Amino acid sequence: MNQIVEKVLFSEKVAKFVVDAPRIAKSRKPGHFVILRVDEKGERIPLTIAGADPVKGTIVLVVQKMGVSSAKLFELEVGDYILDLVGPLGKATHIHQAGTVLACGGGVGVAPMLPIVEGFKKAGNRVISIIAARNKDLIILEDEIRKWSDETIVMTDDGSYGTKGLVTAGAEMIIQREKVNECIAIGPAVMMKFTSLLTKKYEIPTQASLNAIMVDGTGMCGACRVSVGGNTYFTCIDGPEFDAHQIDFDELIMRLGGYSNEEKLAYERYV
Amino acid sequence: KERTAKERVRMPEMDPQERIKYQDREVNIGLSADQAQKEASRCLDCPNPTCIEGCPVSINIPKFVKYIEAGKFLDAAKTLKETSALPAVCGRVCPQEKQCEASCFYTQKMKKDPVAIGHLERFAADYERESGFMSIPEVAPANGIKIAAIGSGPASLSFAGDMIKLGYDVTVFEALHEIGGVLKYGIPEFRLPNKIVDVELDNLQKMGVKFVRNFIVGKTASFDDLKEEGFEAFFVASGAGLPRFMNIPGENYNGILSSNEYLTRVNLMNAAKDEFDTPVIKGKTVAVIGGGNTAMDSVRTAKRLGAERAIIVYRRSRAEMPARVEEVHHAEEEGIEFINLANPIEYFADEKGKVNRMRVQRMGLGEPDASGRRRPIVLEGSEYDIPVDLVVVAVGVSPNPLIPSEVKELKVSKWGTIEVTEETMQSSIPEMFAGGDIVRGGATVILAMGDGRKAAANMDEYLQKKHKAN
Ligand SMILES: Cc1cc2nc3c(=O)[nH]c(=O)nc-3n(C[C@H](O)[C@H](O)[C@H](O)COP(=O)(O)OP(=O)(O)OC[C@H]3O[C@@H](n4cnc5c(N)ncnc54)[C@H](O)[C@@H]3O)c2cc1C
Ligand SMILES: Cc1cc2nc3c(=O)[nH]c(=O)nc-3n(C[C@H](O)[C@H](O)[C@H](O)COP(=O)(O)OP(=O)(O)OC[C@H]3O[C@@H](n4cnc5c(N)ncnc54)[C@H](O)[C@@H]3O)c2cc1C
Ligand code: SF4
Ligand code: SF4
Ligand code: FES
Ligand SMILES: [Mg+2]
Repeated sequence: MNQIVEKVLFSEKVAKFVVDAPRIAKSRKPGHFVILRVDEKGERIPLTIAGADPVKGTIVLVVQKMGVSSAKLFELEVGDYILDLVGPLGKATHIHQAGTVLACGGGVGVAPMLPIVEGFKKAGNRVISIIAARNKDLIILEDEIRKWSDETIVMTDDGSYGTKGLVTAGAEMIIQREKVNECIAIGPAVMMKFTSLLTKKYEIPTQASLNAIMVDGTGMCGACRVSVGGNTYFTCIDGPEFDAHQIDFDELIMRLGGYSNEEKLAYERYV
Repeated sequence: KERTAKERVRMPEMDPQERIKYQDREVNIGLSADQAQKEASRCLDCPNPTCIEGCPVSINIPKFVKYIEAGKFLDAAKTLKETSALPAVCGRVCPQEKQCEASCFYTQKMKKDPVAIGHLERFAADYERESGFMSIPEVAPANGIKIAAIGSGPASLSFAGDMIKLGYDVTVFEALHEIGGVLKYGIPEFRLPNKIVDVELDNLQKMGVKFVRNFIVGKTASFDDLKEEGFEAFFVASGAGLPRFMNIPGENYNGILSSNEYLTRVNLMNAAKDEFDTPVIKGKTVAVIGGGNTAMDSVRTAKRLGAERAIIVYRRSRAEMPARVEEVHHAEEEGIEFINLANPIEYFADEKGKVNRMRVQRMGLGEPDASGRRRPIVLEGSEYDIPVDLVVVAVGVSPNPLIPSEVKELKVSKWGTIEVTEETMQSSIPEMFAGGDIVRGGATVILAMGDGRKAAANMDEYLQKKHKAN
């Protein structure tokens, strides 16, 4: 049982939770995630660790309301408990001195991107961040990203904030302006697919953090399998980050819809 | 003579048409006291009881069977517990026809049905549990030495039971939110009800074993962290949890999953029940690939979740199936179809990527291979298609790679199993012992338990020596 010690609403659909989890706060690294189960009837869902305070023994999760499980989590308030929480899971991001790093975050993907941006900055890189969302309300963690970036560009699909356009437009602008040594893409699968296509054109090594469907998160079920370079990997233990240019994004997108009928029914039952 | 004339008592079971409506009702109902005594009276109390040699943990079979015959059921249960930590479990899931019952005098010398050792074992253990006189073993005074078991499957449970009795301070760490390993997430309720495992867990807890869930050793904390916290030795029993796939075209389509995923969704996450949030696909035509216990459990689960056709596709023949004979028999009664001597080679899907067809190839049987089973050979040009809407791949598991990949100095075989000295279960790192499926690859509950006990005895010796030296 892990207690929620702080909750901040970013918008109607996105909230930040600070959760008591001393062990994980101590052992986690950028790129790691947890799996949690809100209550006895709940499913196990993965969420990236968006930050941690090892002294206070807390971790930060940022969740977007999607269906039953995220909505149930969303309902919890400060003082409530999450029934089960396990982690840190996955392989940590390979943070190194690359030169200029372009970090592209879409929607709630900006949350997991934050510790990576911080890590690359602290490792002595020049970091340019693009944070993108459908509209102004969905732009999150702008101040925190700015704090660890040499330059931050905000993009919205509808132009309600920052520059109007998709994340790829911002990325291409930067790439044409200056030499980028490495790129990171975290967000919806479609956004990562197009970011990857763009950086492939410019031959910039790119890491994408995949959000495959998971159950256990320990390599036991294979629900999270993805094709990378023609081989099958398990996202939870081999990832979640992979060489974006090798990922079969279409398969990932197809697999993300694998339970959509069942999920819809579950959500209808819930509301 | 009189004894040998008796027929083996049949295990009463739920009617097949009725039982396939329930995921959570046990198929075998259990022997009554009369039936158990009658069956026990078949045992010849052989001067050289070969049955014992067939049991991996050498249960004193004639002794416990005689107690049942005499109506001393609690004494029978006590006899079982001298060597087995989980008799109620083993009585249900041991492959008896390959072990104790295969070595029974009846099988060996008389070509008759063996004494139903498994059914009797289950009877005695159930009787004790239901009697309310379940004895909680005595525990030696605490010796203050902290040790850890990693994983909470049968290997760890039997290890923990022995070590707590010796006075150690025992903590079991489990990655999942439930204790029990495969007994909980894998083997379905209709074969092994959770409540039977829970009673055992309860007893271990009463004896002082500490269970920590949601804790992955090597991730949540490293071995070094745990050593700093005072743990002096470890028993690694992290199982063979990594599912294998066949790497054939189309295998990543939706609706194709590992048996671990399928069974975990249904058993651990209760996905078949509406009030639980985890989804599961309920197929109308379900194909399960494989011929082991995992395949039988999956295909019978599919039937219970409403499949009209639930099919086993197995590349060898019925005789080579590694599953328990009783399970294959139950599956047949339940209307499971068997397509033997066939192997999938490709899957096809609709425009959304959901599987709708599989292509199989017919197989013949060649010469016996290393396992002694006849090797399947491809019959060229024999391909044909089967329409399916759910496929469960149950072609085996590999050792869980988590601990070997976190502990670089640990010696591991080319198959990824942890290497141990056979007599002691000690790994290349002296304070680290290992057993169960992480050492053997996918094996059995009773072998895992045997390893746990062996590791306990040897870890005790190791720690006592170490403490005396200091
Ligand atoms: C490594 C990883 C890190 C993630 N980090 C975050 C994060 O920091 N913040 C955040 O808001 N979301 C994150 N996600 C996604 C999050 O897990 C899903 O949004 C959530 O599981 C949806 O569950 P639901 O019941 O609310 O919605 P549903 O209606 O059940 O599902 C909505 C969609 O979410 C995906 N999904 C469903 N079940 C799962 C599952 N068990 N595992 C993964 N995806 C699933 C599917 O694409 C599905 O169509 C992450 C996913 C992964 C794999
Ligand atoms: C569906 C199915 C049916 C079966 N049927 C039978 C049968 O009828 N008869 C029979 O004899 N055998 C059967 N088996 C095989 C039998 O269940 C296994 O051989 C046995 O469970 C192995 O026991 P174990 O203790 O080694 O590990 P497991 O039971 O596999 O347990 C290992 C546990 O360790 C946990 N773990 C892994 N890594 C870590 C870590 N780093 N930190 C913390 N925890 C960790 C896992 O989550 C898991 O719970 C079956 C197996 C399956 C899958
Ligand atoms: S433990 Fe298994 S092999 Fe041994 S006697 Fe019991 S059923 Fe037979
Ligand atoms: S071999 Fe068979 S008949 Fe003989 S003692 Fe064992 S169970 Fe009884
Ligand atoms: S989530 Fe089960 S193997 Fe990755
Ligand atoms: Mg869901």
